[in-house]
Amino acid sequence: MAHSTPAASIYEGGFADPVGASQTVFRALMDAMARPGTVHALPAVTAPPAPLTASASALIATLADADTPVWLDPALTKTNAIKDWIVFHTGAPITAYQSEAAFAVVAAPQSLSALNGFSLGTQEFPDRSTSVILQVTTLTEGVALTLEGPGIKDRTTLAPAPMPQHFSEQWMANRQAFPRGIDLILAGPGSVAAMPRSTRLIRKEA
Amino acid sequence: MTAPMTETNTQNLASYNFAYLDEQTKRMIRRAILKGIAIPGYQVPFASREMPMPYGWGTGGVQVTAAIIGRDDVLKVIDQGADDTTNAVSIRAFFAKTAGVATTTATPDATIIQTRHRIPETPLHAGQVLVYQVPIPEPLRFLEPRETETRKMHALEEYGLMHVKLYEDIARNGRIATTYAYPVKVEGRYVMDPSPTPKFDNPKMHQSEALQLFGAGREKRIYAVPPHTNVVSLDFEDHPFEIQHFTEPCALCGAEQVYLDEVVLDDKGGRMFVCSDTHHCESRRAEGHRGALLGDEPVVEKEAAI
Repeated sequence: MAHSTPAASIYEGGFADPVGASQTVFRALMDAMARPGTVHALPAVTAPPAPLTASASALIATLADADTPVWLDPALTKTNAIKDWIVFHTGAPITAYQSEAAFAVVAAPQSLSALNGFSLGTQEFPDRSTSVILQVTTLTEGVALTLEGPGIKDRTTLAPAPMPQHFSEQWMANRQAFPRGIDLILAGPGSVAAMPRSTRLIRKEA
Repeated sequence: MTAPMTETNTQNLASYNFAYLDEQTKRMIRRAILKGIAIPGYQVPFASREMPMPYGWGTGGVQVTAAIIGRDDVLKVIDQGADDTTNAVSIRAFFAKTAGVATTTATPDATIIQTRHRIPETPLHAGQVLVYQVPIPEPLRFLEPRETETRKMHALEEYGLMHVKLYEDIARNGRIATTYAYPVKVEGRYVMDPSPTPKFDNPKMHQSEALQLFGAGREKRIYAVPPHTNVVSLDFEDHPFEIQHFTEPCALCGAEQVYLDEVVLDDKGGRMFVCSDTHHCESRRAEGHRGALLGDEPVVEKEAAI
């Protein structure tokens, strides 16, 4: 107890101001979701164990609780530290099954095999779907995606990286399932953007 | 039982969480709001809480506002366009007390506008959130009382019944007689109840700059329309949708092309039509616009005059 061991760090790095911080993070995320493609600043309000990033952990700490199973990708489950950090700070159960997850956190989007393994909800209850948080290193310097749909005036672009393989094909399949489908939350360094299922990806033909 | 009671008695209002709701409830509402934004027009079920006001007084809107409001927000609350009626005043006071936020009656200054059934005449701008208090969120409810059936109808995009209802209006009255809660289709998919706004306001929902959130407390539903989203009022080719038209301008500020309330003046049939949006009317009068029935003396005491 005298000196802090690596295991002790899971008890630290949560919200110092749970009420204010979660509201600030949520408002940034709500604006990002309402205006897909726009990038919103996230304050550094959490300090999780690596490789979970500050922005992804702030989002999960804002959204997850005992009612929402969380799935973690293999990059986050190499040690127990991240699992324990999320359980301690949110109370959310960690699930091994993508299809059971209310939220998924993906630290290595380039290794994510498929988006359709997550819960897409049902035709009657399309809200019972997984919201997938992708940790990306940039939201502006990757391969540009051209987006249109609700929340977007005309068209907009977003350039996140890294992204899952064959992303445009996978996203079009996700859009085909509307109103079922997953919603993507892109957690960049100190920033957040979103691609709800309603967003359409425009293929660059010309 | 006595011990907790004593403890409660020693607590004061300040021991409520910011914006009244506990954090777990806010998280649950926030998750519902995000799903609602992702599926425009779809009614997301949520675990509505009892609020310190009766159902029908805007508990759904209050819960949505409580979940999104922050210390820097500026709140405006309107009841049928008016900032000064009981419902609007008490909800504004509720958040001023429980969240300590600034409140305003000026539409352009507000970041969150909670409304019972009107959209302000002043066009909303990006960054504003319009929160509607919704009594019956299900547009098909009066046509089909069973929730299991209406849910299936939304799932299958089976909205023929709604068109039959509008057609029956035409068959009986020669026109679509629905004047409020006029059904709309959001982004070509979900038929949505715009809450009982007059249909005059329906066109303002289409491609709005502001995010629109809808909360129904008693019915436990949240839904949303993101900015720049298509919101189309249902109609027929030979009976296109049209909004109400008023023959005379506002009697106080002379405004035309705005929604007017009828005010009965005496028991001899005297009446006047005035702006339903009080902020719009007051700011026009402050700019020097004068209606036919506005008194001659300059409006100094606005509060007293109303």
